[in-house]
Amino acid sequence: MTAPILSAKGVTKRFGSRVACRGVSFDLWPGEVLGIVGESGSGKTTLLNCLAGRLIPDEGHVAYETASVGTVDVHQLSEARRRLLARTEWGFVHQDAREGLRMGASAGANIGERLMAIGARHYGEIRGTASDWLSRVEIDLDRLDDRPTAYSGGMRQRLQIARNLVSEPRLVFMDEPTGGLDVSVQARLLDLLRGLVDSFHLSAVLVTHDLGVARLLTHRLMVMQGGEVVEAGLTDQVLDDPQHAYTQMLVASILPV
Amino acid sequence: MPDTISSNDPSDGAYNYAYLDEQTKRMIRRAILKAVAVPGYQVPFGGREMPLPYGWGTGGIQVTAAIIGRDDTLKVIDQGADDTTNAVSIRRFFARVADVATTTRTEEATVIQTRHRVPETPLKDGQILVFQVPIPEPLRMLEPRETETRTLHALSEYGVMQVSLYESIARHGRIAKTYNYPVLVNGRYIMSPSPIPKFDNPKLDRNPALQLYGAGREKRIYAVPPHTPVKSLDFDDHPFEIERWTECCALCGSTQSFLDEMIVDDAGKRRFICSDTDYCQERQEEQRR
Repeated sequence: MTAPILSAKGVTKRFGSRVACRGVSFDLWPGEVLGIVGESGSGKTTLLNCLAGRLIPDEGHVAYETASVGTVDVHQLSEARRRLLARTEWGFVHQDAREGLRMGASAGANIGERLMAIGARHYGEIRGTASDWLSRVEIDLDRLDDRPTAYSGGMRQRLQIARNLVSEPRLVFMDEPTGGLDVSVQARLLDLLRGLVDSFHLSAVLVTHDLGVARLLTHRLMVMQGGEVVEAGLTDQVLDDPQHAYTQMLVASILPV
Repeated sequence: MPDTISSNDPSDGAYNYAYLDEQTKRMIRRAILKAVAVPGYQVPFGGREMPLPYGWGTGGIQVTAAIIGRDDTLKVIDQGADDTTNAVSIRRFFARVADVATTTRTEEATVIQTRHRVPETPLKDGQILVFQVPIPEPLRMLEPRETETRTLHALSEYGVMQVSLYESIARHGRIAKTYNYPVLVNGRYIMSPSPIPKFDNPKLDRNPALQLYGAGREKRIYAVPPHTPVKSLDFDDHPFEIERWTECCALCGSTQSFLDEMIVDDAGKRRFICSDTDYCQERQEEQRR
């Protein structure tokens, strides 16, 4: 059997005396999408940032199985290596697309930035790849030279996804990718994400507070409350037969349509 | 006022030799040594108040003051010209406080302080070119945080610089930047060559003269040692190009130099003349002979 692509052991992060997440452990297998759900302030985003090396946890380790050099401890890597990993083998989709995009540069440049950062120097080819990705995320090609400021919220989010996937990462971290979008746009984005995850055999860690999103996209689910994982298991299992009182409450709070 | 107030003996109450005190010169020289050792790297230094406003060459003048000696011959140019206000006053300043010979001839000079141009006459071994730099950070317009730009330099993460060139082609069909065109020094650091026209960029490459860059307001010194490779950034399918003119210089007939366009009457009649006054004059004298 292959090794897990990402493995967390006892990850704990405190901000002063406040504990943001405590003792989180899990394995993420290649091709798997792991969902982290919980209410606001339950430590989901902090955990995601720890996993992606954007925050240093106070305790615990995060091991990543690289494509070429075996297993590395994410937080023991030099900053140079970690940043290289983050722009080649990883992707990070922010909730607010403005954080993940270069708002002053055109869509083409946004998608091409990772390619140029790893040494692409042929304008025509970079532009070709950018248009290819723009059509994959269902944005009209005549918007290639527009800046993201001229894009709608849903388009920005799709552009952000294209910008991350252009380097063909193996692991993508997503922080509420559908947050703040209206329902029909959400549905299209979810469709798109599901297709991309499938066709690229991506592994992903997805943070969301929306159980519907979790049901559609994720294979496994971790439920967090007050910084701790209270329940974990297969998504359908957790949502159909919640064991923990908090999970039962979460599932019961879904508004029926 | 006395004509020359230079002295090595500070006790006479006059200014120290070359205006700056010895400790300051020592500090600047250390910054210069470090800059030469790491080509293209911006070394912070404790910039001093100089008797001219920021933006008029306070960085260049401090570098010149730190390296100049009595045996030196100084030339100062501003946009290629020896006779503009800025060039004249800086030249006179050093003639007075450093007791050095001055010249307008590029070959005769040992130290050349410049703003916005590299002389047309090829430089030689032993000459020093001092640039006045307004914004030393080439990534500044793309990334406003100093902490971040330093990290980008440290890790040679220069994708963002390429993004700006990409944007230029996407918008204008070619790389439209004409001055302050970013260069890669010695295959490692991206450097701002100061606002020289990109016409001058090829002259920086493997130049036998030492190039020193001083930014007074931003308090940075950087350098390109002699014979160091300096490459202008570009794309494989949009290679770096310099400006070309269909006209020649109206005074000396040069087709090889950087030309300034001058409007000479109200009817919009225009002439092109060399921006490097010394180069132009020498060519005219040669033609008269």
